[in-house]
Amino acid sequence: MHSNPPYDKNKNVSHLEKFMHTSLDLLFPNQSGTIETIAAEPELGRRMAALGLRPGRRIEVLRMAPLKGPLQIRIGHTELMIRRVDAAKICVNFVA
Amino acid sequence: MKRIALLGMPNTGKSTFFNRLTGAGARVGNWPGITVDLLAAKILLEGSMVEMVDLPGIYNLHGFSDDEQVVRHFLESQTVNGLVVILNATQLDRQLALLLQLKALKLPMTLVLNMSDEAKQLGVKIDLAELARNLDMPVTLISAKYGQGFESARHTIEQILRHNPTARLADTEGLSQDDRIEVEVELDRIVSGTVSTPITLPPNITRRLDRVLLHPWLGLPLFFITVFLLFQLIYGIGTPLQDGMNWGLEQIKTSLLQPALANAPLPIRSFIQDGLFDGVGTVLSFLPIIVVFFIFMAIIEDSGYLARAAYLMDAVMAKLGLDGRSFVMQLMGFGCNVPALMGTRVMRSRALRLLTMLVIPFSLCSARLQVFLFFTTAIFAPRAAAVVMFSLYLMSFLMAFLTALVWRGKYRSVEPLLLELPPYRFPTFKHLLVQGWQQSQYFLSRASGYIVGGVIVIWALTHYPFDVPPASPATLAGQLADYMAPLFQPLGIDRLLSVALLFGFIAKEIVIGALAVIYSAGQSNLSGIIAGKLDWVQAYSFMLFTLIYTPCLSTVAVLKQESKSWRFTALAVAWPLGMAWLVSFAFYQSTRALGW
Repeated sequence: MHSNPPYDKNKNVSHLEKFMHTSLDLLFPNQSGTIETIAAEPELGRRMAALGLRPGRRIEVLRMAPLKGPLQIRIGHTELMIRRVDAAKICVNFVA
Repeated sequence: MKRIALLGMPNTGKSTFFNRLTGAGARVGNWPGITVDLLAAKILLEGSMVEMVDLPGIYNLHGFSDDEQVVRHFLESQTVNGLVVILNATQLDRQLALLLQLKALKLPMTLVLNMSDEAKQLGVKIDLAELARNLDMPVTLISAKYGQGFESARHTIEQILRHNPTARLADTEGLSQDDRIEVEVELDRIVSGTVSTPITLPPNITRRLDRVLLHPWLGLPLFFITVFLLFQLIYGIGTPLQDGMNWGLEQIKTSLLQPALANAPLPIRSFIQDGLFDGVGTVLSFLPIIVVFFIFMAIIEDSGYLARAAYLMDAVMAKLGLDGRSFVMQLMGFGCNVPALMGTRVMRSRALRLLTMLVIPFSLCSARLQVFLFFTTAIFAPRAAAVVMFSLYLMSFLMAFLTALVWRGKYRSVEPLLLELPPYRFPTFKHLLVQGWQQSQYFLSRASGYIVGGVIVIWALTHYPFDVPPASPATLAGQLADYMAPLFQPLGIDRLLSVALLFGFIAKEIVIGALAVIYSAGQSNLSGIIAGKLDWVQAYSFMLFTLIYTPCLSTVAVLKQESKSWRFTALAVAWPLGMAWLVSFAFYQSTRALGW
């Protein structure tokens, strides 16, 4: 996966307009970013690509299901549910 | 015969297109080595009969999901005159990748872009001529739902047939080569040159509905209310229809069949009336509920809500190796297991489907409810009866979850759980009718033989020899009960009750009637006799066994029909039977040991 330290949700980010790297499951609802890398096993990676999850694409987290349930995300005109373990395999960069 | 295969990604309206093109004449075809049902229909195109085959929706030609393997297997083994590829016009930016993979098969091909209505709403513009030039194949824009652009799509298919009169196999190199990076480069090049998409989305109805229906805390209560209403609607409409069907059958039996057979020799009369006719009746009595069930399930599925159910319930169900759609089907099973089992077809991963199918038969269906209502009112005081009923429902869930926990390792879904949440859509009325029609056809053609055969076997057991009263100790069933006595005695189930269990294997609806025959009592004084013969421990043990063991012959027939595996069917019969025995044994022996 990515080598950057995980983004700390509780920390106040003072530098606006600063690019940050994190994994998709750590984004907040309504936050969006650009996919940098995907480190998924071949079968999952194939499915991700078919559904539009490819490096360089913009991705938005719409909401998260309670009890550590899946994420609802949007990429282009496609909305998906993705489990948090799988979302953790996607590294995004976003404007903090 | 000429053959055209329909291919596309899931959620592109492929089946709607197929149904519109072929009418109601589609049948489930038999293809060697394929465990998924493929619809096929013969239609007249270009002056000759052409077989249209609806292949399952796939994301990737080289993927390893069950559906993707089925498609590859089909293309490897069956010759086609051409492929019709259906993609969602609003999602071309990713879906064209599949078409580019398919091009490597070197088969005649045409691209049909569906959902032109949604594309228009979203402001997606596609340069069709430029796209056709880039892809080197005819491209048509249609709305399968509203029928727009249909004639030109049909015309293109006819052209393909005219130019390719002989069917051929796909280029195997195209099937085996893995995803090339060039595909992605080419995809981006073609899309940027032909598709223009507005950057911001118009605030649409889907987003607003999702805000409520997928709300972190409101979502689940709303889901349960929806499922409850759905259940009430399906069985509120279906059960009276089912009763009507049974009434009609009874009328035919008493006013036509019985007089006609009055002079026939006893064995023949008994066989036709109580074997064959009841067998056919058992099959027919399921039809109304299957039609209603599939009409309502099509509404829930096509509207996009079923995929949301998976999202809402995933956190809980994932621990059991199931998903939210399994849960919906399990709940529907509380009405009737048969349509619920057929409904698992919406789950495309075979392992997930099989696990769900193993769980559904534990749902306390309305037929079993009749037996329990009769026993609880006969044996228990009203207040205790309510507690008893509640405990049986609890047991039903407990058994289901236990089964999922035990078998989730064996039926582990390898398919990645990335589900599309399609926009909310209104299904068309015609599509709902087609669904109800197709599913009942399918049930009739695949399951009816097993059901009628099974009813006849049970008839023979309980009626032979013909010179003794049916179901009496001298019949085969009575002798069987003697053999089985050592097995059932430790459960507090006597020989007479075990014969009733044999009847219950046909359908739980006839258990009470069978008991009346066995105790040679009328339905009205049966409860008095039962109350006199059984104490509450025996009665409860009998109910536990009835709840858990094989629900009915029709369920078994559908388990076989859906799994296409005798091994799985055997497991799905043996496992609940074993559980039923263990639970009844544990209950009966421990309560007796406690001195009741």
